[in-house]
Amino acid sequence: MTDSVANPPAPRFASVHTSPEARARLRRRYAAERRFRIYGIVAIALALGVLGVLFFTLVSQGYSAFVQTEIALDVHLDPETIDPEGTRDPARLQRVRYNRLVEAALREAAGGVAEGQERALAALVSTGAQFIVRDYVLANPDRIGETVRIRVPASSNADQAYKGFISRDVPENQRRISDAQFAMLDRLEEAGRLATGFNTILFTNADSRQPELAGLWGAVKGSFYTLLVCLVLSFPIGIGAAIYLEEFARKGRLTDLIEVNINNLAAVPSIIFGLLGLAVFIQLFGLPRSAPLVGGIVLALMTLPTIIIATRASLKSVPPSIREAAVGLGASKLQAIFHHILPLAFPGVLTGTIIGMAQALGETAPLLMIGMNAFITEAPDGLVDGATALPAQIYIWADSPERGFVERTSAGILVLLVFLICMNGLAIYLRKRFEKRW
Amino acid sequence: MSPSLTFIVIGLLAIGGYLMGRRRAVAVAGGRPAALNSLPGYHGYYVAIWAGVPAALLFLAWLVLRDPVISSLVMDSLPETLTAGKSQAELDLLLATIRNTAAGVGFASDDPAIVTAAGHLNALQDNSRWMASAIVLVVALAGIAFAYARLGPAFLARGRVESAIRVAMLVCSVIAIVTTLGILLSMLFESLRFFQRYDPLDFIFGLTWSPQTAIREDQVGSSGAFGAVPVFAGTLLISAIAMLIAVPIGLMSAIYLSEYASRRVRAVVKPVLEILAGIPTVVYGFFAVLTVAPAFRDLGALVGLPVAANSAIAAGVVMGVMIIPFVSSLSDDVMSAVPRALRDGAAGLGATRSETIRQVVLPAALPGIVGAILLAVSRAIGETMIVVMAAGLAANLTANPFEAVTTVTVQIVANLTGDTAFDSTKTLSAFALGLVLFIVTLFLNVFALAIVKRYREKYD
Repeated sequence: MTDSVANPPAPRFASVHTSPEARARLRRRYAAERRFRIYGIVAIALALGVLGVLFFTLVSQGYSAFVQTEIALDVHLDPETIDPEGTRDPARLQRVRYNRLVEAALREAAGGVAEGQERALAALVSTGAQFIVRDYVLANPDRIGETVRIRVPASSNADQAYKGFISRDVPENQRRISDAQFAMLDRLEEAGRLATGFNTILFTNADSRQPELAGLWGAVKGSFYTLLVCLVLSFPIGIGAAIYLEEFARKGRLTDLIEVNINNLAAVPSIIFGLLGLAVFIQLFGLPRSAPLVGGIVLALMTLPTIIIATRASLKSVPPSIREAAVGLGASKLQAIFHHILPLAFPGVLTGTIIGMAQALGETAPLLMIGMNAFITEAPDGLVDGATALPAQIYIWADSPERGFVERTSAGILVLLVFLICMNGLAIYLRKRFEKRW
Repeated sequence: MSPSLTFIVIGLLAIGGYLMGRRRAVAVAGGRPAALNSLPGYHGYYVAIWAGVPAALLFLAWLVLRDPVISSLVMDSLPETLTAGKSQAELDLLLATIRNTAAGVGFASDDPAIVTAAGHLNALQDNSRWMASAIVLVVALAGIAFAYARLGPAFLARGRVESAIRVAMLVCSVIAIVTTLGILLSMLFESLRFFQRYDPLDFIFGLTWSPQTAIREDQVGSSGAFGAVPVFAGTLLISAIAMLIAVPIGLMSAIYLSEYASRRVRAVVKPVLEILAGIPTVVYGFFAVLTVAPAFRDLGALVGLPVAANSAIAAGVVMGVMIIPFVSSLSDDVMSAVPRALRDGAAGLGATRSETIRQVVLPAALPGIVGAILLAVSRAIGETMIVVMAAGLAANLTANPFEAVTTVTVQIVANLTGDTAFDSTKTLSAFALGLVLFIVTLFLNVFALAIVKRYREKYD
């Protein structure tokens, strides 16, 4: 600009910046600049938008699984049916068919039932109701002969209808609750027998074919055992490998090979680890299928690279002066490492381990390969019992078309995400709280 | 003794050894600990290592070897008439019958020879159990005695203990290599068995994939065809759709976050984007089935385009979303490695910010970004849960993203879950697919990691 002032007779020069073409060019460039910025914002908005839709879907589908419709029944614990001999023998009480009592109580609660509608009425209550009555009787044998009020879960279809997910406007042959059943539900509600309560079954039961009886407890326990094995194996091995590679290994073929292997293992598809587990641990070593032990070993192999990489990074961040001071005072190299460097690096090691465990908790594919997607109705009691894990349970439920399982799938995902958020939150807290900047 | 009890006993012996060793060291020092070469604790550790490690290793070896050894002993003891001229499968069946008879469950047999063999099996198992416990105990006690006898003021306990720890750490780091070898060998071994039954060339170039093998001899379509081209093509189609979503969105959000966004926006948006990477893949799969696939189908119906219920595009788009944070954080790393001087130079020449990025930063970071994209491709190819839940099961050679296709990982899961016999051609084909998957991702990973590493160093 100063040029054009100093040399007024140079219009050609000035026109480069002020001519209409130049202004148009500049406008175009600025427009391109704005567009580019907008692309960036659009990209981020898209990614965040999908995340929002994902969470909205899960919460809107899953919140209803945390409540369960219950029917309050006045069950007459008829001694003629339960214990005709009056022995109160638990083994005898165990074998009684309590569903007759449940059905009688249900008929009474619904104010009688029309001829031929008995089965439609019985279908409103969960098939698990008889076991609830049985457990009540076993716990309170002295109440046999009385009429007691017991709250039993409604069947999944009745539950969905009461929660309002089955519309009465749909033609009768296309819904799972008939008009007659709707009328019965209405009568039960007028009698004040229907109520929704917090769904404890979801957290105390293992899997079941009946959606209203299916719960996450077996899967949570399976995941716990699996992660326990995974942690016990990968934590010491990961730290040992990281210390060796960072502090002892001389640069050489073997070290390079190990490093390439670790970086590559971190990127190998998880299903390959499942194939390894199937071929080696189950086929070759004869370990049992569906066992948390095998799942934990496979997940440990997958988690190792994460822990090794995190541990090496935090070992590296400890300043060399610490090591030199320790060695200068007569410590051996291992003493310097175990007494000084490792404790200082430990927050980073823990953070990496927790993040690795969180990954392992969410991993499904290798578990499918070793049979941890089996249908198992008992929570596991040990490392070699058949078990599922949380993500595998979600996968099993996602395969079932019933609305009751769809909402349980979403609820299971929400529970899994809560675990993951807690673990990652803990990792972030540890990092913020204990991380030292040297 | 049960295995866990044995391990507990070994652990207790090791703790006892530690305490004994320590006390012995203090005793031989005669009240002057300075006379010892090593601290008393190291003497304790030395005894503990000798007590625990050999016994535990021996016991592990027994756990691994006991079943095969006992089985072969039992089979050798069978009379000729039972085993003569039988195939391996029949022998396996015989062994299973003997096991059932011995345990008294399932399909037991009352053939006297088998009942004898079952008794033999039970006796061997009982014997081996108490013998193993006894041997392990003896080895642990012998270890304690040996180590205890060597302790003394001049004994270099620390050196011994430290070299044992070093060896243990070396073993830990070699596990990475052992794992890779294990993967490779198990895949190779099972794949070889597959290729003995099925022509490798037909596997790689064949156009028909229908892994249904017959359970009965007289079934139709029983032979099974394992031409994997449609499976590879389906994998590529879904991965390509995923990359079409992930690369532009991931790259642009990385550019915006690293070059434009204020520090506060960055501090909020970056971790939120990372959430996408932390969500388990089974959740994405459920999302694809529940929301995305029906949305695409309805959209297709709206414009009169037939979209399959498990279309490639639904699986691909959801997979793309999953990979976004992967692409964006890797390319963020690569772009921030481009030196400030290059940016300042471009700005000094009058370039706008976007011109600087497009014409200076991106070209400089291009190899690294390519590396990042290759890593993302490797992840897309190996991704399992999304496609298992949202993609098709039937092989379909098509480039139409609105049809259902199947992928390598879907076929691995489909052929290995279910209750077919383990060594059928169908289940073995899963290992052949796994081998291909492992090799392809291995090359992608090693190549991509090398590029990313080289370009990070180049500007350091």
